[in-house]
Amino acid sequence: MADAEALLAQSHVLEHTAPLALDGGQALNGARIAYETYGRLNADKSNAVMIFHALTGDQCVASPHPITGKPGWWVRMVGPGKPIDTDRFFIICANVLGGCYGSTGPASLGPDGQPYAMRFPVITIRDMVRAQVGILDALGIEQLHAVVGGSMGGMQALSFAANWPERTRAALVIASTARHTAQNIAFHEVGRQAIMADPKWKGGDYYAAGKGPDKGPDKGLAVARMAAHITYLSEEGMHEKFGRKLQDRTEKTFGFDADFQVESYLRHQGLSFTDRFDANSYLYITRAMDYFDLAEEHGGRLADAFRASKARFCLVSFDTDWLYPTAESRTIAHALNASGAPVSFVELSAPFGHDSFLLDVPALDRVIAGFLKQ
Amino acid sequence: MSQLRPDLAVIAANVAPGSRVLDIGCGDGALLAALRDGKQVDARGMELDPHDVAECVAKGLSVMQGDADTDLVDYPDAAFDYAILSQTLQTTKRPDQVLDELLRVGRKAFVSFPNFGHWRVRASLLWHGRMPVTRLLPVAWYETPNIHHVTVSDFRDLVAARHLTVEGAWYLSGDKRISDAAASWRAEHAVFLLSR
Repeated sequence: MADAEALLAQSHVLEHTAPLALDGGQALNGARIAYETYGRLNADKSNAVMIFHALTGDQCVASPHPITGKPGWWVRMVGPGKPIDTDRFFIICANVLGGCYGSTGPASLGPDGQPYAMRFPVITIRDMVRAQVGILDALGIEQLHAVVGGSMGGMQALSFAANWPERTRAALVIASTARHTAQNIAFHEVGRQAIMADPKWKGGDYYAAGKGPDKGPDKGLAVARMAAHITYLSEEGMHEKFGRKLQDRTEKTFGFDADFQVESYLRHQGLSFTDRFDANSYLYITRAMDYFDLAEEHGGRLADAFRASKARFCLVSFDTDWLYPTAESRTIAHALNASGAPVSFVELSAPFGHDSFLLDVPALDRVIAGFLKQ
Repeated sequence: MSQLRPDLAVIAANVAPGSRVLDIGCGDGALLAALRDGKQVDARGMELDPHDVAECVAKGLSVMQGDADTDLVDYPDAAFDYAILSQTLQTTKRPDQVLDELLRVGRKAFVSFPNFGHWRVRASLLWHGRMPVTRLLPVAWYETPNIHHVTVSDFRDLVAARHLTVEGAWYLSGDKRISDAAASWRAEHAVFLLSR
């Protein structure tokens, strides 16, 4: 990439030497967290911003994807002179615990030299954050300028602000929620069941077959992705893009080929996803999201979750997002207000549904740049 | 604070330093920013228009997107020293209820509004039989956001009927102060500081 030098992109791996205590009661030995950094940490280590990625994201927020080679998932937001300005901030983005881009997850080798598979402990959003706080300790960063995240990244940002309140001065939470609803859990369960119903899943022990097309539960994972992908788009957006248009044909075939463009699109999304994601990671990460309930962790009152925080908060929702609709962000904003925290909340108008936070929404750029500028 | 609209300048000058303020309908946050920078006020805002909220966030202000008619209920009692409602009362569905909410969330309330009893408004109605389009009220009746046209006298009546205390009243024509006696005819804007 042309501005790779200006980005000062660097890849690192944190090796946790102490066992990582998990919410489920287990501890994970030798956990590794892969992360990217961009920009330069200043002398008093006060300019660090931690970005948390979403369910199927990765640490390459502004550098080429390690498998597909496509530009980083948030290049429009992160870079020199961009809203999250690498000329000014030192950006840290880690692959979550349980992920499949270099951090310890179900595909990693366990103590017996075999992949963990389903012997990997069930993890939570807070566990993911705990593993990433280790990066700050390793770098000697006492306090972040801000934590930033969209979707599952927003859950991590909330969890960070609630559980490590002294470690950040600000939290920016986009298109996210403080808890998974029954509907959210339901969609994830469809995905998990699709994976587990694939005969090639084999109780999670598919790694011995090696990598490559159809070595693992690709069909199940593709269906999981197709179902999830629908939840990331808006009805209007989908209708506008595809309508009832047919794919490379003028007539319906009276068969079960992908007659409609939307079918073809979803099949492609599902299939290409299997090239870049581990099915077991998908199980574990969706489980962590389903278990997320920030109020429950803090005695049932969301406002209590933020009692120790002195951070500034900004919550952003999108009017066409029905996965984590505006009401969820509003609930968080009210809880923060009740706890006396400085909080801003805005619902932006964008046609792209939940995915709006990743796409071209200039108003979001302004909000992010403005919030981080302070 | 020289750039502030005259009614906002009056409010800014009369807010106690270091207090907690909620500006409802805070627009682009000009008043909040002036209070924060000039008086070390803990300044919060509520605004309906997302573009304005984004503008406020860009100024580093804490502003919630919300509607004065429905979203004040989410704030606890006496959470603020002052609740401010500038140029917004006349656009709310139930100004009387909004006024109650202001004095619930704030110990005191600043309310500013355009005086629909100004002589130009009266003259326009009397001579032309038409709702006026003036410097102060530049939008025709069918597209104006002002749905409750209130005069200085109307507001004084409402305040009396609700047994509210007027702690201060300022009447303005442009940036000139108008006397209490002449306000009903000559004030373009009124600013009231109320308490229970």
